[in-house]
Amino acid sequence: MAGPRAGGTRHAATVIVPKTIDRRVVQRLVAEGAQLVDVLAPQEHDDAHITGAINIHLKRLDARSASVLDRARPVITYCHDYQ
Amino acid sequence: MSARAAWRLESLGFAEVYRYQGGRDDWLANGLPFEGLRSKVVRVVDVARHEVPTCALGTRVAEARARAEAAGWNECVVTNDAGVVVGMVRGRALHGDANALVDEVMDPGPVTERLDAPAEKIARELYERGLTRRLVTTGDGELVAMFFAADVLEGKRAGSGAPPRDERGSSGM
Repeated sequence: MAGPRAGGTRHAATVIVPKTIDRRVVQRLVAEGAQLVDVLAPQEHDDAHITGAINIHLKRLDARSASVLDRARPVITYCHDYQ
Repeated sequence: MSARAAWRLESLGFAEVYRYQGGRDDWLANGLPFEGLRSKVVRVVDVARHEVPTCALGTRVAEARARAEAAGWNECVVTNDAGVVVGMVRGRALHGDANALVDEVMDPGPVTERLDAPAEKIARELYERGLTRRLVTTGDGELVAMFFAADVLEGKRAGSGAPPRDERGSSGM
């Protein structure tokens, strides 16, 4: 797996831009142990979500809710579409 | 939303964060595994027929017709090297000038359906419009199958020789 900050691009100072990926990369990263985070509302998650995805609604995404995630593994966020 | 979420996770100290830009719609449209209430609904890809006669651009109509007839169908789908649907030859075009190229006579914009569309809903929509079938493609336009309304509404395989129903003399797509 890639090293620290591998998911993004480091800019001038300390800003890291999360890297945008397509479904083929999602499949590869998940197979390698990445965590999928569905940031849709719970009812939308219940309707349909990628197999194995964890639901953390964007409105509730904070240090506490994110504590269920393993910081040592990559994280992939997704919602409905490109937005 | 996913971009903001990725940024938020970065700010919370997560070292390796990605954003799946296509999101759930892209995932479902490409028939990939999912969970939830919607997974209990039969999708068009679940009941569509996957053996579809195809030909490439530059193929003579005679060859396209032979492929269609060998499969017992009235249409041949034109695909490119990537398997993307670029047209459809059917009806009068399929039974017209045998020496013409499919490029010259094909419908370049056949209607397609997403893999994850609900089968019964789509079948009823087709039936109400006097149509019998619809191509099924991935979100990238790659040919996957042909969906027949009768396979859902009648619970059995429809015949491939449905009568012409539209002005092009096609077979009801």
